[in-house]
Amino acid sequence: MSINEILYNIQDLSVEFHTRVGILGAVDHASLDIRRGEVLGLVGESGCGKSTLGKALMRMIEEPGKITSGKLLFDNIDILALDDSRMRELRGSRISMVFQDPMTSLNPVQRVVDHITEAIQVHQSYVTDKEARARAANLVDRLGISHDRLDDYPHHLSGGMRQRVMIGLALALRADLVIADEATTSLDVIVEAQFLDLLRELRNEFDLTILLITHNMGIVAELADRVAVMYAGRLVELAEVNQLFSNPKHPYTEGLLRAVPNIQLDEGELYKMAGSPPDLVRPPSGCRFHPRCPKVMEICSQVDPIFKSIAPNRMVNCWLYQEVPDEKLWVGGSTQ
Amino acid sequence: MSPGLRRYIIVRTLLTIPMVLILVSLVFIVLRVMPGDPALAIMREGASEEQLAAFRAALGMDRPLHIQYFDFISGVLRFDFGESMVRPIPVTQEIKTFFPATVELAIFSMMVTTGVGIFSGAYAAKNRKRGSDYAIRVLSIILYSLPIFWLGLMLQMTIGAGLGWLPVSGRLSPGMTPDRVITGLYTIDAILTLNLDLLVDALKHLILPSITLGLVLAGFFTRLTRATMLDVLEQDFITAGRARGLHERVLVYKHGLRNAFIPIVTLLGLQFALLLAGAILTETTFSWPGMGRLVVDRIYDRDFTTVQGTILFFALLVAGVSLIVDILYGFLDPRIRY
Repeated sequence: MSINEILYNIQDLSVEFHTRVGILGAVDHASLDIRRGEVLGLVGESGCGKSTLGKALMRMIEEPGKITSGKLLFDNIDILALDDSRMRELRGSRISMVFQDPMTSLNPVQRVVDHITEAIQVHQSYVTDKEARARAANLVDRLGISHDRLDDYPHHLSGGMRQRVMIGLALALRADLVIADEATTSLDVIVEAQFLDLLRELRNEFDLTILLITHNMGIVAELADRVAVMYAGRLVELAEVNQLFSNPKHPYTEGLLRAVPNIQLDEGELYKMAGSPPDLVRPPSGCRFHPRCPKVMEICSQVDPIFKSIAPNRMVNCWLYQEVPDEKLWVGGSTQ
Repeated sequence: MSPGLRRYIIVRTLLTIPMVLILVSLVFIVLRVMPGDPALAIMREGASEEQLAAFRAALGMDRPLHIQYFDFISGVLRFDFGESMVRPIPVTQEIKTFFPATVELAIFSMMVTTGVGIFSGAYAAKNRKRGSDYAIRVLSIILYSLPIFWLGLMLQMTIGAGLGWLPVSGRLSPGMTPDRVITGLYTIDAILTLNLDLLVDALKHLILPSITLGLVLAGFFTRLTRATMLDVLEQDFITAGRARGLHERVLVYKHGLRNAFIPIVTLLGLQFALLLAGAILTETTFSWPGMGRLVVDRIYDRDFTTVQGTILFFALLVAGVSLIVDILYGFLDPRIRY
């Protein structure tokens, strides 16, 4: 098993929401590979489509949303071609998800242990109640929760403990891919740090592949191997974590990193990116970032740049890094 | 049982006492200010003044009101509701005779209501905005707005008289009697005495009245369940469950419904009063010899003691049921602290 083996291959994925004001393109032709064993950070502002992308990977887009184009290959399984029951078998057993709010993600009238045994038995119906309970006890012990809390209800547990339970649920069947959707956002900093430590340990122990969806650059820096940056429904940059932080290519990534306060506070005033994210029902023409971009060129508002490789392990979606075609070819229209 | 729960039950029980006391007083006052003289109603026109006075004296009605009131209250405390004004038997005896019929009707109606209401409500929520959802919603509005006696009459006409499948009145066919009255609920008595014929006959008589009462209340419960379920199904733990590969059916009927039960049970308790009110109409339509019939008949007779006794009994019942519902909470919702 090489580190470069592709676990999840996302090709040209688009997700649209049919709303009253029009069609909202939440994810626009995104292509991305998740490699086995890596932690891939997916960052971007609220509403940029990162959570939608995460949900699409489990085929959990809810009405009025719809996957309108693309191909999803998980371990060479064509996700979009599976029937519902085969899809259900994958959810929780091979791909699982940890959600943002641990306070509301557990059923308030179900004991902790029943959450875990239910998840085990729905996928492995041959497991007896007793065995499932024993496995649940092992699992929570491993997560740092005493197993005599198994019979507690969710409201008896603290936020950090509940998030551990959520992680436990995601790992109960040794899923290959864990999608952590803002999993630490609602935790306070100390609990968050503990949670990240736990995640790091579990990652080594279980050979996890993690898609870490977050808007918190600090978490990405700490945990991720590679980072994908998303803006207004499109992937704009993909790089190894060190490269991204030391040498961001896309003007949006640059702005994003400058907007993170640093501990020395040597920047004087915190950088603020001009403008606000676009309306995705009527997105700007060409590059969606062009109205806010400090390096905007004439072509940017006219033609979509292509998300393409500029170096090994490095992709950027920006005209600064690709050859601008002859003006005659694009004035008044698109090259595509 | 935790000490907290025990304390809660005691306090909650004590709190029902003033409530019942207020109700009893209201009933006493309302009956006295209502037009109509029981002496006249019972002795008929043409009775002489002396006869009327003698009648009133015999029943203690010539005494000052406050004396009558305290007499009534002190009786109630000993579970003595006085003697009926039209028949020389204690009111408690009357209640004992008529109450089982109402209980039986209420139980079967409640089965129809919860069965139809909760299932169709959950089903509508699961299929939100599809055809079946709209159909269920429209039907439930229609059911809710149907007058009970009208629905009862229609069922009597079609299934009862028209097709002749089911009896349209009473609790048992002529000639049928229970071998032994144990609980007063004929279905249960029939099972206890292993009398199959009696059981079938009692059930046949129960079908139309309980469908009538049950369906009308079911309209309300369908809408309530649907609204509550929609709320619950949008919560994060349902999405989280889906992400663990749980079947939609499990999410709706196990996780969803269990959470939705909390508000539903509350209203089930509150609607108990509605059930009793509906029972009065149903009993009248189907000549069902229950408490509803008893009250209606005795109101015509101005039988004060029986009426106030029955209403008091109803009040105690509603208070008791809401007490039970409050306690049930603790079992349904582990988050409740006492």
